[in-house]
Amino acid sequence: MRLRLVPEQTSFDFFSRWKLWLGLSAVLMLMAFGSFMVRGLSYGIDFRGGTTIRTESTTAVDIGVYRDAITPLGLGDVVISEVFDPGFRADQHVTMVRIQAQDEQESINTDTIQSVEAALQTVLPDIKFVSVESVGPKVSGELVQTAVLAVVLAIGAVLIYIWLRFEWQFALGAVVALIHDVLLTIGIFSELQIKFDLAIIAALLTIVGYSLNDTVVVFDRVRENLRKYKKMPLKEILNLSINETLSRTLMTSVTTLLALIALFVLGGDVIRGFVFAMIWGVIVGTYSSIFVASAILLYLGVKRDWSKPDKTAGNQFANVDA
Amino acid sequence: MLHFDLWKRVLIWALCGAGLLLALPNTFYTRVEQSNDARSVIESGMTTPELEAQAAKWPSFLPSSLVNLGLDLRGGAHLLAEVRVADVYESRMQAMWPEIRDVLRAERATIGTIRLQPSAPDALRIRISKPENMDRALELVRGLSRPIQSLSGAGSSDITVSGDNADIIVTLSDAEKLASDDRTVKQALEIVRRRIDEVGTREPTIQRQGTDRILIQVPGIGSAAELKAIIGTTAQLTFRPVVGRGSSANDNPGLGNEILPSLDQEGVYYTVETAPVVTGDELVDAQPSFDQNGRPAVSFRFDTTGARKFGDYTRDNIGSPFAIVLDDEVISAPVIQSYIPGGSGIITGNFSVEESTKLAVLLRAGALPAGLEFLEERTIGPELGADSIEAGKIATGVAFAGVLVFMFLSYGLFGLFANIALILNIAMIFGMLSMIGATLTLPGIAGIVLTVGMAVDANVLIFERIREELKTAKGPARAIDLGYEKALSAILDANITTFITAVILFAIGSGPVRGFAITLGLGLITSVFTAIYVTRLLIVMWFERRRPKTIEV
Repeated sequence: MRLRLVPEQTSFDFFSRWKLWLGLSAVLMLMAFGSFMVRGLSYGIDFRGGTTIRTESTTAVDIGVYRDAITPLGLGDVVISEVFDPGFRADQHVTMVRIQAQDEQESINTDTIQSVEAALQTVLPDIKFVSVESVGPKVSGELVQTAVLAVVLAIGAVLIYIWLRFEWQFALGAVVALIHDVLLTIGIFSELQIKFDLAIIAALLTIVGYSLNDTVVVFDRVRENLRKYKKMPLKEILNLSINETLSRTLMTSVTTLLALIALFVLGGDVIRGFVFAMIWGVIVGTYSSIFVASAILLYLGVKRDWSKPDKTAGNQFANVDA
Repeated sequence: MLHFDLWKRVLIWALCGAGLLLALPNTFYTRVEQSNDARSVIESGMTTPELEAQAAKWPSFLPSSLVNLGLDLRGGAHLLAEVRVADVYESRMQAMWPEIRDVLRAERATIGTIRLQPSAPDALRIRISKPENMDRALELVRGLSRPIQSLSGAGSSDITVSGDNADIIVTLSDAEKLASDDRTVKQALEIVRRRIDEVGTREPTIQRQGTDRILIQVPGIGSAAELKAIIGTTAQLTFRPVVGRGSSANDNPGLGNEILPSLDQEGVYYTVETAPVVTGDELVDAQPSFDQNGRPAVSFRFDTTGARKFGDYTRDNIGSPFAIVLDDEVISAPVIQSYIPGGSGIITGNFSVEESTKLAVLLRAGALPAGLEFLEERTIGPELGADSIEAGKIATGVAFAGVLVFMFLSYGLFGLFANIALILNIAMIFGMLSMIGATLTLPGIAGIVLTVGMAVDANVLIFERIREELKTAKGPARAIDLGYEKALSAILDANITTFITAVILFAIGSGPVRGFAITLGLGLITSVFTAIYVTRLLIVMWFERRRPKTIEV
């Protein structure tokens, strides 16, 4: 007996309310954007400069004690937060201390770090400093630029690739879906105030890749069905294609999520934010390839005469190996 | 139909075998690492029975490349430094001054007396008393310019000379500044490398980044502060004539002189000439030693030109003090007792043994041509790294097991084939990472986990397609064939688009992001290979043996 996520034959009508879904997606995007504008992202030091010190101690954490030790040093904005992870030992108490950038350009100087460490050591003699990271404002500014550039370039490159392999309507649909995914991910990060650092940019780009993977598989089937059923209305073709690929879509999402959830629970707190972004991205990406990318395609309409297979069509790979 | 040429079968298994073989050393990480270390020591000429025994821990006929562990997994320090390239302009201009002075003095009759005026540090401003003959003076100074020795700056000269009323202004030309910047960064890179090698840590990464930055990663070092202490000091040693000694930093030193504080005596300042007699560049050796009273000191030896200059100066100035200056601080200012002809000497000061050892290392490795500014620094403790590896291992194991079980439940025998391909896939990723000497970081592990999830996608696409083709009842062989054929375009499109993002990440990202891009990109390549060749070959082999009338996918 096989495990089946969906029945063998499905004929869900995904597009009976496609305008509603598009509208809902638009509202979600607006909300995400609004949250980003109002609350802003909780940038890590990669993007705003400053220093984080990760401490470990065997005594339970009292943030007040830490704060009282550091405040007299007059370092400006200091954020102290306790870190929890199921993987920690019972007597392993971890905090993150974040200090604002002290200089216009450079990272923090050694004396300042030493004074903070000394101050904490006097109140907690057994404290250990397991990592210290400091980024100067000069570099963090550049990191922001390259991060934005990376996301824009990735989306641009994908737009061109799909345009070459399919038609411009497909490319546009895929890209709107990508923007949808990226915006919603940024939105959830600003709403939950999860630390947004360089690794999250990597996660964003992976989401772009994953969501695209999904969209392309659906589009590939749409293209095939367009050739097969020349008279069928576009809406039905889209529905048919999504139903035909539904089993695969869910299988892949579930296996990927399975792997990611294992990492989320067991992978430690250092990469939890990163993995969270990817899990969110997989869910949003799966949704968007059906309800955004395909809906946009329906809205734009496509060329129906696929009778003579054009050069770039999928079959060119059919004989790669036979 | 289902047909595979023999050479293709051989090639596919050979590639899988190669992947497994290359990945093998990583399963015995510590053992192989020790063996490799021992071997490199033996190669450098030293050998002991213990080293031989360590080297023999891993047979030499097996591949021994390992995946490098990134700083976030192994612990260590990371620094991004910017070289203050403009520092060099100043010393270049100062070095030009005697030359310009001599050439102008020779024509005193036409241009009158000359005097150096205060100016921006990267320029010389020279006033002449007969400004009406400015043209002649400019011509003379321009005569000193040299053509630039670089590809991009070919044809232009190294200085620009202009007149401003009675003043001649000399600066480096833009082309020369570019060429100078490049030289400075290259030199700084070399010096940093030498200093770190002197300290002798393993596998440091020292790279140039962009035009004027240096990235330094040293695994295993205690903290970035320690690393900064080694490479952050300029260690510019100079020997200069002393003009006077005082107790204030604010006296007027007079042109061509400057006031420098004493290194160990609070409130003592020396007025010294700006132009040094000899510099640390002319040192050939420096060793920690002790002076006649048994206090730690550094002994040094000059090269031939340095020895001659030093000898001449001591001969001519017996009885007057000279200052030993390290990075704008006077270490000591002894009085010259006698002529020192041999070119060797000793620096004393209030050193501890550690300080004298460090100073000797710095002097031996040479001075940095310009100061460094640290823009980014990260220290990751070894415990955190070990915790991360442990967590990564467990998570990857669980993710892997989950996916394997899920695939088997969903596709039965075919799922088993996909699982074999998946295991080979992971082995090949590690094999390729080891082969190219890539660095595995924490996000890199996430990249592998993601690949595990997505690698099955290609197989899922194919199996789902085979199921569909089976419904149209053309027989199992045809269905398998069609399944592969029709799924191929979707697989390729989907993976190429993801690959594009991996390439962009690799090109733009740095550090951990890059590590992620590498594992993701390699994972995509191996997963496409295993899905369309390995599982297919497995299915074909099974099919050939059994010849089933019906199949269930």
